[in-house]
Amino acid sequence: MIPASAPASERAATRLARRILHDPIGLFGLVLVLIVVCSGLFADWIAPYDPLKLAVRERMADPSMSHLLGTDQLGRDILSRVIKGSQIALLVGLSATLLSLLGGLLLGLLAGYGPRWLDNLLLLLFDAVHAFPVIMLALAVITLFGPSLVTVLLVVVTVTVPRYARLVRTSTLSIKHAEFILAERALGARAPRILLHHIVPNAIGPLLIIASMDIPVVITLEAGLSFLGLGVPPPAPSWGRLLNEGYSFIRDTPWIVIGGGLPLIVTTLGFTFLGETLRDLLDPKLRKAL
Amino acid sequence: MLYYTIQRVGLALLICIVAMTAMFSLVYVIPGDPASIALGPRATPEMRQALAARMGLDRPVPIQIVNFFGNVLSGDLGVDVWSNRSVATSVFESLPYTLALAAAGLGWSVLVGIPLGCYSAARRNSLLDKLSGVLSVGAISMPSFVVAIYSLLLFAVTLGWLPAIGAGEPGQPLDQLGHLILPALAVGLGWVGYLARLVRASMLEVLGEPHIRTARSFGLPERMIVFRYALRIAVLPTVTLLGTGVGSLLSSAVFAEIVFNRPGIGQLVLGAVNTRNYPVVMGAVLVTVGLFTLCTLIADLLVAAYDPRIRAGL
Repeated sequence: MIPASAPASERAATRLARRILHDPIGLFGLVLVLIVVCSGLFADWIAPYDPLKLAVRERMADPSMSHLLGTDQLGRDILSRVIKGSQIALLVGLSATLLSLLGGLLLGLLAGYGPRWLDNLLLLLFDAVHAFPVIMLALAVITLFGPSLVTVLLVVVTVTVPRYARLVRTSTLSIKHAEFILAERALGARAPRILLHHIVPNAIGPLLIIASMDIPVVITLEAGLSFLGLGVPPPAPSWGRLLNEGYSFIRDTPWIVIGGGLPLIVTTLGFTFLGETLRDLLDPKLRKAL
Repeated sequence: MLYYTIQRVGLALLICIVAMTAMFSLVYVIPGDPASIALGPRATPEMRQALAARMGLDRPVPIQIVNFFGNVLSGDLGVDVWSNRSVATSVFESLPYTLALAAAGLGWSVLVGIPLGCYSAARRNSLLDKLSGVLSVGAISMPSFVVAIYSLLLFAVTLGWLPAIGAGEPGQPLDQLGHLILPALAVGLGWVGYLARLVRASMLEVLGEPHIRTARSFGLPERMIVFRYALRIAVLPTVTLLGTGVGSLLSSAVFAEIVFNRPGIGQLVLGAVNTRNYPVVMGAVLVTVGLFTLCTLIADLLVAAYDPRIRAGL
């Protein structure tokens, strides 16, 4: 990785931004992501009602000017719950991805730079985690630990860490024996310095791209578990929770499930389109690796 | 090939053993034990002890581990905490429903996705190619349970074309088929996108190779080149993907079962999770892990048998 001077990287950033804006798919993705992020950031200001406030008299109301997406079985405004739900989705998506990134980086470095037996052991563990269908692993963990935000995070991190660690391991192995690393070592550099100054900067680029493309996957998993009634506990208005509650009333009040599903579609489409465009622009090599 | 097979089977067994050990030891990570989890906070100590004794939890841990592996190998997955039924019976009763759903979902996506990918590669940059590219990404990223709920809402509730819930009357194939359509649609939609993209990419690569150029120079029709010569090679990455994709296929089948209220592994496990019936959850998880590992193994062996470069480790 060539260290870039500040003005050059600034130029690269504006160039990247311009190219995204000129790509219709990328632009579409960016707009969708911005909608979700903004509604998450400003939820308390834009939500027309308090998402937790009950109004039993107005329960199961059809969409109208006062309730754009109608109300649910307890009279709570669905649009407000959808907007507030983006906070939960983003919180889970970002925190889980960040945790997995750190875990994957650490384990990947250990596997790639550590002794051979540790590498083999870690690879076996990664394969074992990979042998579980994600939802089955999640259900087993939830049975034992009970449904909560922490359990959801635990599941997500367990499932994604092996993938990231493998990526880091591969890029570590690929430059471990490069001549400049040998030279560093000959100069007396220790493992932490070599890892931090040379190996991590090389591995972090593709890792960030892959992880950012995983954000919608994580959000979907949380929503899926909440749909099963096993994710973030009520009354938090998670999108999956909306689907779960609306599912019982699907015949008479379809607004609840429509309201719960739409933001999920918007989020996954937005992040995926934006991520794919970014990946193609930043690292054409990865396109084939995936 | 023999060496590769032995190596690959050994690895699969090892992975299963590690996964089983992990499932088993997960119980010891949590505060309390499966017996108190199942009974909940209001259980008396006597009830807890009785259940623990029935589940074999009162014996020393090493003996429990040996018993556990011995039982699993002889096909005994333990007993249901509540109904005292054998877990293996429950799991293998629901498994065919889940497998049928997964196969139906995969089947229609293969029938649509692979030709779509071939066509996109043959007519690169045509309108259909671009359209299918965008739609594929959309289909892949769409959560399968949202597809399931929306299709339930649209086709079963609003339009009333297809039945909404259940798996149909046993012994009436047409009724069962009708009940299978919507769940299979939800399970397979993402796969259409996956397959179309993967086949397109590998087809483009194959179409640039010398033997295809030779076939072209002989004046063979393009259709024959794509479907007879190129597809045979281009389909290989798909086989690998199908093997590793069984896991996500099972996951979306679980959701589809719950949305459409079909019997199957998903219903079984969700019910068990809600009653904290850990033996049933663990049994079902072990069976799906075994199934998944087996599918990955078969896919790898198939690809290796077909492509000598892989068994040589190239």
